[in-house]
Amino acid sequence: MGTPETILSVKDLRVRFRTLDGAVEAVKGINIHVKAGETVAVVGESGSGKSQTMMAAMSLLASNGEATGHVDYRGRNLLTLSKSDLNKVRGAKISMIFQEPMTSLDPLYSIGNQLMEPIRKHRGLNAAEAREEALKLLRLVHIPDPERRMKSYPHEMSGGQRQRVMIAMALANDPDILIADEPTTALDVTIQAQILVLLAELQRKLGMAIVFITHDLGIVRRFADRVYVMRQGEVVEEGDAEALFASPQHAYTKMLLAAEPTGTKAPPPANSPVLLEGRNVEVTFKIGGGFLAGEPLLLRAVDRISIRLQRNQTIGIVGESGSGKSTLGRALLRLLPSDGLIRFGDRDISGADRQAMRPLRREMQLVFQDPFGSLSPRMTVGQVITEGLLVHEPNLSGKQRDQRAVEALLEVGLDPNSRNRYPHEFSGGQRQRIAIARAMILKPKLVVLDEPTSALDRSVQKQIVELLRKLQADHGLSYLFISHDLAVVRAMADYIIVMKQGKIVEEGPTEEIFSNPQAAYTQTLMNAAIDVTRFRLSA
Amino acid sequence: MLRYIFRRLLTAIPTLFVIVTMAFFLIRVAPGGPFNQERGLSPEIRANLEAQFGLDDPLWLQYAHYLGNLLRGNFGPSYNLPDFTVTELFAKGLPISVQLGASALILALLLGSVLGTIAALNQNKLGDYTVIALATAGSTIPTFVIAPVIQLVFGLTWKLLPIGGWGDGAFINKVGPVLTLALPQIAIVARLMRGSMIESLRSHHIRTARALGLSDWSVVVKHALRGAILPIVSFTGPAAAALLTGSVIVETIFSIPGVGRYFVDAALNRDYTLVMGTVVVIALFTIVFNLIVDVMYAVVDPRVRYD
Repeated sequence: MGTPETILSVKDLRVRFRTLDGAVEAVKGINIHVKAGETVAVVGESGSGKSQTMMAAMSLLASNGEATGHVDYRGRNLLTLSKSDLNKVRGAKISMIFQEPMTSLDPLYSIGNQLMEPIRKHRGLNAAEAREEALKLLRLVHIPDPERRMKSYPHEMSGGQRQRVMIAMALANDPDILIADEPTTALDVTIQAQILVLLAELQRKLGMAIVFITHDLGIVRRFADRVYVMRQGEVVEEGDAEALFASPQHAYTKMLLAAEPTGTKAPPPANSPVLLEGRNVEVTFKIGGGFLAGEPLLLRAVDRISIRLQRNQTIGIVGESGSGKSTLGRALLRLLPSDGLIRFGDRDISGADRQAMRPLRREMQLVFQDPFGSLSPRMTVGQVITEGLLVHEPNLSGKQRDQRAVEALLEVGLDPNSRNRYPHEFSGGQRQRIAIARAMILKPKLVVLDEPTSALDRSVQKQIVELLRKLQADHGLSYLFISHDLAVVRAMADYIIVMKQGKIVEEGPTEEIFSNPQAAYTQTLMNAAIDVTRFRLSA
Repeated sequence: MLRYIFRRLLTAIPTLFVIVTMAFFLIRVAPGGPFNQERGLSPEIRANLEAQFGLDDPLWLQYAHYLGNLLRGNFGPSYNLPDFTVTELFAKGLPISVQLGASALILALLLGSVLGTIAALNQNKLGDYTVIALATAGSTIPTFVIAPVIQLVFGLTWKLLPIGGWGDGAFINKVGPVLTLALPQIAIVARLMRGSMIESLRSHHIRTARALGLSDWSVVVKHALRGAILPIVSFTGPAAAALLTGSVIVETIFSIPGVGRYFVDAALNRDYTLVMGTVVVIALFTIVFNLIVDVMYAVVDPRVRYD
C-alpha cells in the first residue's frame, strides 16, 4: 500500500451544546486523522466526547449542538458544506453504523426497501438494479436466505442480523471510511465476535478505513492500527496500538488498561447454611390466546432448574439474552409465578402469595441493570433509599431513618450530604451505588444482582465489583449475580451456572468452569469472549 | 386479518346489545313521557296516543317489542315528529351530518398534520411558537363563539358566505359549518402531530437515514412522518365517530338539517324511539371507526399483527 494518504483530518474540532445550565463543551479542540485503509480506534469512557466527535463530522449532532473547526475529507471541510453537497458524502464516501442495532433501522419499512434507498440515491440506479445490489450486499454480510430477508421487517430479525443489515447499508456505496460507533456493545458476546470477524473480512475485501469508537480495550488491542485515547473532550494520548499498549504514557491510559476487574472470590465453608434453594423451578409464559383467539402459545423461559445458594456464597448465572437468567432470578424471589419448590432459609415459599412474601422481602433485595431507569426521578436520594424502611421498619422516627440513610450512603462510598439531591445529578456509577444503598439499608441476607455493572464503564465496573465484594465480606451476604460479562462474573462469583434457552448447560466452581469448560456452549461463550481480544482486524 | 375483522364485528353484537338495553331503561327512568308536555291534551287523548304506540304495555314487553323491531331494522316512529319514522329522519339528516363531519375531519387531518410537522421541524423557533399559539387559541375558543363570528365577518360584513341554511348542499353553504367544526380539530391534530413528530425525528433510525445521506424530504416524509402518524390514527377513530354523527351547536347556529340536533331535542322531549335511534347510530359509528383505526394501525406499522 506504500504510504497511504490521509483522507480524513479533524483539526481543532470543538463541539458545544447549549443547555439550560449554559453552554457545555463536549469536544475541546481535538486533532485526529485517518489514512486510507487503516483502522483507527477512538477510545474513551462515557462522556469523553468520542461519539460526539464523529457525530459532528457527520453533521448528526443534536439540534442544540454546534461544531467549529475543520473536518476535512479529501480537502473539503464537511462542517461548511451545503446540505446537498454533504449528502453526497454521507452514506456514499463516509458511512456510519451505530451502537443501537435494535432501533437504528426504520421499523416501518422492509429491509429491502431500506437497503435500496441509499443505493438509488447515490448511484442513480433503477429499482431492479438496486434490488440486485441489495441482494449482493445481504450476501456480502452473510444474511442467510437473502431473497426472503429482503421482504422482512427489522422486528423479525435478531440484533446481530440487524447490525449486519446496518453494515450492508453503510457499505452499499463502497465508502472510503466506515465509522463504527460501539458497533458490538449492545450485542451478546458470541454475536459480538461474529460482527467483528465480519468487519475484518469486509475491510480485507473492500479496503475501506474503519474508525472504531469504543470503550472496549479488547477490541482496540487486537483491531486497531492507531489509537486515540479521549477523556473529557480532549485527546490525552495517541499512537500506534502496539506501542500504546506496551508502554502507555498518560496516567488515564494506564488507569484504563488496569481497569479490568481482577481477583477472585473464595467459596464459602462447606458447612455454611443453605439460604436459598430451588428445585425443578419452572417458569412458563403464555403468549396470545383469549376470547375467540384460540389456544395460547406456551414458552418455557425457565426449564426445571435446581439451585442451592449458601450463606456468603455468590452464584454467577451466565447466559446470553433470552437464556432465562433474569427470569430465573425473579422467579426465585417469587416476583414471578413459577412451578417447583423454592425454599428461603427454613421456609417453603413455593406457593407464598404477595402478602406472605412481604415480611421476607427485606431479606431478599434486587439491584437492576439500568441505573437510570430504576431510581424514581422525582424523589431525593434520601427518599429513594429509605422508602423500604417505611414498609419494613415503620416504627423508625424520621431522624432514625435519616441516620440509617447516612450510614448506608457511607457504606457504599457516597457523600452522605448527597441525600437531598436528585438521581439525575449523579453519574451512572454513583446511581448504581445509590441502588445498592437502597438494598443494603434493609440489611438483607440475599441480594439478586441483575447485570448491575453492564451499563457502566470498565473503570467504574471495577469499583462496583470491589464494593459488592466488600459488602459481602462485611455482612455475610449471599449474591445471585446475573451477567453476560464473563470477566466480571469471574471476579465476583465462586460458583457458576451457565444457562441457555431456559436450561442449565453447565455448572461448577468458577475456576473449574474457566479452566476446563465441558459443555460445547460454554466453550463457545469463552472463545467468543477471548476472540474479541485475540482477533486481529487488518493484516 | 379478515378473521380478526370478523371476530371484532362479532364481539360488537353483545356490545351493542348492552348499550341498547342500558339506554332503553335509562331514558325511561327520566320523569315524564313523550306526550306529557303539551298543554290541553286531555287524559283520554293521551291514553289513546299511548295505546297506539304501545306505551301502556308493561316495560319489559315494550323492551321486547323494541328489540324485535330493531332486529328487523325498524327503529319505530318518532313520537314528536309523527309524520316520520326514525329511519326516515336519519335517511334525510345523516348524509348531511356525515358530509359536514367528514369534510371537517379531512381538513383537520391535512392541515393539522402539516402545521404540526412545520412546528416540529422548527422546534423552539418562530414557526413552532406560531403554530402552538394558533393551536392553543383554536382549542380554547368554543364553537358557539367561532360560529357566530364566522357568520358576522364572512356572512354579514363581507357577504362572502350565506349566514346559514343548507341550500341543498351547495358548496358555499358548507364552508362556515365545516370551518367551525374543523378549527378545534385542527388544533388538536397539530399539537398531537408536533409531539409525535419531535419524538420521531429524534429516533435512532432517523439518525441512520441522515447518516446515509438521504434527502431531507425522504428523511422527513418517508421515515419520520410515517412513524409519527400513529397517534393521529388513534385520535381519528373517536373523532370521526363524534364529528360524523353531527354537532348540535353547529347545526343549530347554521340552521343545518342534520342529525346532531336530534339527540338533544329527542332527549328533552322524551322522544324515546328517536333517542334510541341516535344511541344506536353513534354506537355503530364508534365501533366501526375504532375497528378501522385498529386495521389502519396494522397497515401503517408492520409490527402490529392480528391473528
